[in-house]
Formats: sequence, structure tokens, C-alpha cells
Amino acid sequence: MSRIVAAMSGGVDSSVAAALLAREGTEDEVIGVWMRTHGDLPEGYELSRSCCSPDAADDARRVAQLLSIPFYILNVEREFGARVIDAFVDSYLEGATPNPCQACNQYIKFDELLKRGLAAYGADAVATGHYARLEHRDGRWRLMRAADADKDQTYFLWVLSQEQLAQTRFPLGDLTKPEVRAIAADLTLPTAHKPESQEICFVPLGDYRELLEERRGYAGEPGPIVDADGTRVGTHTGYAHYTVGQRHGLGVALGEAVYVREVQPTTNTVVIGRREEVAQRSFTVDGARFTAGDAPAERFEASVRIRHRAPDVPAEVTMVGRDRFVAETAAPVWAPAPGQAAVLYDGDECLGGGRISRA
Amino acid sequence: MAIYLDHAATTPLRPEVLEAMLPYLTEHHGNPSSIHAAGRRARQGLDEAREEIAALIGAKPREVVFTASGTEADNLAVKGVAWASSARGRHIVTSTVEHKAVINTAAILERQGFQVTAVGVDRAGRVDPADVASAITDATTLVSIQAANNEVGTLQPIAEIGAICRERRIPLHVDAVQSAAFEPPTPDAWQATLISLSAHKLYGPKGIGALYVRQGTAMVPQMNGGAQERQRRAGTENVAAAVGFARSMRLAYAEKPNLATLRDRLIAGLVALDGVQLTGHASERLPNSASAVIEGVEGGDLVAALDLDGIEASTGSACTTGSVEPSHVLLAMGIDPELAHGSLRLTLGRDTTEADVDRTIEVVGACIGRLRGLRAPAAVSA
Repeated sequence: MSRIVAAMSGGVDSSVAAALLAREGTEDEVIGVWMRTHGDLPEGYELSRSCCSPDAADDARRVAQLLSIPFYILNVEREFGARVIDAFVDSYLEGATPNPCQACNQYIKFDELLKRGLAAYGADAVATGHYARLEHRDGRWRLMRAADADKDQTYFLWVLSQEQLAQTRFPLGDLTKPEVRAIAADLTLPTAHKPESQEICFVPLGDYRELLEERRGYAGEPGPIVDADGTRVGTHTGYAHYTVGQRHGLGVALGEAVYVREVQPTTNTVVIGRREEVAQRSFTVDGARFTAGDAPAERFEASVRIRHRAPDVPAEVTMVGRDRFVAETAAPVWAPAPGQAAVLYDGDECLGGGRISRA
Repeated sequence: MAIYLDHAATTPLRPEVLEAMLPYLTEHHGNPSSIHAAGRRARQGLDEAREEIAALIGAKPREVVFTASGTEADNLAVKGVAWASSARGRHIVTSTVEHKAVINTAAILERQGFQVTAVGVDRAGRVDPADVASAITDATTLVSIQAANNEVGTLQPIAEIGAICRERRIPLHVDAVQSAAFEPPTPDAWQATLISLSAHKLYGPKGIGALYVRQGTAMVPQMNGGAQERQRRAGTENVAAAVGFARSMRLAYAEKPNLATLRDRLIAGLVALDGVQLTGHASERLPNSASAVIEGVEGGDLVAALDLDGIEASTGSACTTGSVEPSHVLLAMGIDPELAHGSLRLTLGRDTTEADVDRTIEVVGACIGRLRGLRAPAAVSA
């Protein structure tokens, strides 16, 4: 028998994940935990679909009651503030694109929750409502894409180590989203028909600019928008308000679609380019980690994904030391954004990945 | 069976109390304001309950106002008197370790133009009566100090504070919600004008409290409507709960369980554990209350761990929302904020046994060890 901490956000996925573990006939003892990641949002934000509102805690608690499992609230405000929110803000200030869901998995769900859950609750494992699968084959744990390719979340989970994978459960890995909703409806869970949350949980209205000012005092200083030749073609509101690949909000009319190609913090400059100028065939990736512990080889073939739901592209991967690699793709990939994850796959297995570095 | 050590949060209803209440939830269904027989019967139950509570605290029945909770009694006392005397002055004196029902009520008054002085406490959580004396100004119209602290159990020198208030002719409000479970509040010995009480802390029902209001005290009602409770608290009276309140109070003072001995055994066991310090006063504390701060442990984690091991405890403050703020009481006592995160409150009840206490000490020790060991990495295995 295992004792499993089910991370419950108050959404339908984690509700069903907990329900599947807690259903009758299983040996597992399940403990529901809702993590408080930040303070209450100001009045008027409660209609947001954020997973971290007090309403979400109420929903999670109600589901736990219906499943007859203990339910606790774990305060991770300090850790989340430093590891996720500040890192998110700092990423923009470095001219990079942040990856908060991955940071939350890496530092909060599969680290803080895992270690505190194991110690406080005497648990053996943490379960989440992620769409991903785990297989134990040839002496190690393998992180596999979810059965529902459209929902697959391995892109946010590549950082997990063997040790973490060994203590993780993904009860939804073999299910599709419609199946999950059907189970929730069947169990009459109050979260069965909750809409999908899309925005970042701590930026409920989708505008992160206020956060830059609030956390780091960055108000944004206007600066030049230049084209590939360095010709000034417009004015931006502050470099950190832009990310590579962005098309909208540039206020530049050049008669064809243009995109942010590069963000230069030191000169407060935003460089734009035409669609084909933003694509690349080769990019460097830092902070590489592999689920197996080590890279499969010094040089190997893999498919690479550079943003959530983007198509995979076959690539030749060359290690540069232990934690850096260069990916050369068979076809150009659209706007590899510094800061975003480049995640490597061998078929359905997620091998690991890293953070795209500044070119 | 879990060991329930959270009697400061609430207590189980006594079977005798339930029995006393049942007729008023069934056959005696009348509204006490009604003229007819059913109404008169309900009125009788209500009047007798009021008489009984008054007798137990040495007050007149007309001085007992039923409310829906101890919190409501605090609100009525503080706002009711502050507003009634607002033409004379707009200053109230309270302490930094009051229950939120007083602190947040005073904060509302502050926003409405009143001035509030919260006197500090010493390391044990005690108010110095001299501080109350020097906080009083010509504009002061109310002093509000609790009889015992809900988080750390410290008893306040109410009679001394009462003497000061009496001399300065300022009404004293005493929140006696915690202490009334063990000793009847004494309006005369305390020289108190207002005293808040609650039934569910003394094995009575939830949903009923009372405010003792000394005869002749001007007060603005906070709930407006009918003429119930001598126009001090409108709304149809919760008759069954009032009957239960009176019965539970009578039973509470009819017995003298020796909780203090068990409490001291628990405290001795806790402080013998590594990195555990008693909070509150060593002797001037509620007979059922053991509270501590524990190094290297998050109070919420410890309480969850204890729960899973069959011991129902509390961090001391209501932190169901997982707030990261440490207890205002511990901070007011000068306890380091980091250490204050590791708070634990164990409050004994009439059914607690020596074996429960010993088992609790053992489990607390084991849980602390586990939590501090965050985390010895588990072996990677299939």
C-alpha cells in the first residue's frame, strides 16, 4: 500500500487524478493537498479562472470531501514567489521568455510538495493531473507522452530526474480530456464542467507588465524598434514588454507581417524581422538535463520541440560539455525564444531538454 | 479513534445538553415573542436559560444578551459602546494579543475615525495594568482586554485592570470566551461592564454566545429589527441553543477535573523534546492549554502530520486558508517570526487521559523528527 499526495488545484484534471487514485478497490491511501502559491488577488479578480484563487481551494476541498480523503492546504508562497514569480519577471528583464509552468513543476510540485509531502504526510509519492505517462523499462523510469497527444504536457516535465519520476504518479496519462471530463461528470464532481485555465495563474488578466513594476520596479522605458539592418522603424514601450516571436503590439506598419526577432536588454532595443528571418536551423541550449541522468550520447538524433504544442522537428543534437547542447534541425524552426525550453524526444519518450540560450 | 486535543477551537456537545435542547427543537417550537401557548412555552425556556446564566456569573437576567457567537458579542460590546459614547470621546484601549474579533472590530472603528491604542505584552503574553492606565486618555470610552488568550492560554490580570478602569470611570469589556470554560466570569470582582461568552467552548452548542452588559450601560445595537433582547440584538432568539448554553454552563462549573496536572505533564513532555519552547506563561495559563514553538518545523505541516497519525491539534491561530503570516499573538510576545511559524497548540478536554498525553508527546516527537529530516532522498527503485 502506498500513501500518495494528490496535488489538487481545484480544476477538473487534478480532481479526476485524485479520484482515480482514491477509487474503491485500490490499495492506495490518498491525501489531497491544495497549494497556496500566492496571496489573495485583489477584489474583482475572483471571476478569473485562475487555479490559485480561494474559489479554487474551495473546489478542491469539496472534491476531497466527496472522495472521502483528508485535505490540507500547503503554503508555498515563499518558494513560489522566489522560484516562479520572481524568475518569471527576471526572465523578461533578461530579454528572455519565461517558462513558469515548468518552474512550478521543477521547484514547487516535484520538489517542495514532494519533499514536504513525504516528510509531513509520510507519503511515498506525489500525483498530479498532468497528461503524461511513466514507464519503468530496462532499469529506469521513462517519461512518456500522454495518450492524448493534444493534451500532452511532457513539454513542462522534462526537468524531472529519475529520483523524482520514481516518486511520481500521473493517473491521467492514458486518458483523453473528454474521458477525464466524463469521469468527473460520472462522479458528479463539482469541477466536472469547469473551463480550462489557459492564463498564467498569477497573472490573471494576462498582462504581466504590472508585475514587472511591482516586483522589480521596471516601468519600461521607450526605445527603438529596428529592422535587420539596424534601421529604426518604430518605438517600443520597454524591451521587457516584448518576446521573441511576438507579432502583435509592435505598432510597426511595413506592409508585411513582422515579428520580434531579438530583444536586447543592454541597449533597450527590439529587433524585428520578416517571418523567414525569425526562423532558425540551429540553436544552443543551456541547463540541459536528461531524465535518464545522462545524455544518450555525445551526438544523437532526437526530435525537438521548442514550445508547447509546437510540432516536433527532427534534429541532430551535439553535447557541449555536460549541460549544454546544440540542436541542428532538419528544417528551420519558428522563432526559438531564449528562455523557452527545447525538449528532446525519442519517439514517445521525453529524453530531457534545456533552456534555449541567447543566440 | 483520534485523540482530540483542540478544545480551544471547540468542544463536543454533552449528551445532557443535547437532551435539554431537543424539546425546543421539536415540541416547543414557538417563537418566544408570540402571545399564544407555544410562544409562551418557548419564552419560558429562554427566560430560564437567561436566569441560569445570570445566576452562574452573579449577574441579573436582564444583563445577559444572547448573540449568535462570541465574535458577535465582541462586536456588540466594542462597537455598541464606542458608538453610544462617541459624543464624549473616540478612543478605545485594547491589547496586541486580543482575539481577531476584537482586533478587527477595533480596526473598523479606527477607519471610522476612532483612535485605538493596543497595549503591548511581555514575553509570556501578559498585559501590564500600568500600561493600560497610561494608555487611557480623556477621550477613552472603552477598555477591552481578554481574560485568557486563545492561542497561548495566558491569563490576564483582569481584576487589576478592572480597578484602574473603575477609578477612571471607563467601562471594561472582557472577552472571557476561553476562560469561561473553567471559571465563571465575575463581573463584580473584575469590575467589568461587558463580558463576552460562547457556548461551544464549554461543551454547549455552536451558534450561540452571550454578552453580559452591566445595567445602565448605553449601547448602540449592531443588529437592527425587532425588540428582542431588550432592543439590543434583534432577531428571533435561538431558544434551543440558549437552553443548551445554560445547561452546558451549569455542568461546566459542577465539576472540577484536574486538567492542570495533565497539562503540566504534556508541557513537560513537549519542552523535553529538542528545540521546543513553551509559549505563554508557565503558570498563569488556562488549565487545559499547552502551546509551543518548534524550531525547524512549519506549524501547518506538523498539524497535518499529527492528524494523519491520529492526533487533532492546532497551530493556535485559525489558518485554514494557509496564510503565511505567523500568529499576531506570538509576534506581539516578541517571538522571532521564523520561529513563530512553528507554532503548536494542544488543548485538553474533560475526556483527555494520561495515556492520550503520553501518546501525544511520543507522536509529536516522531513527527518533528520526520519534518526536520526534510528529506533524506528516497532510493530510486522500481
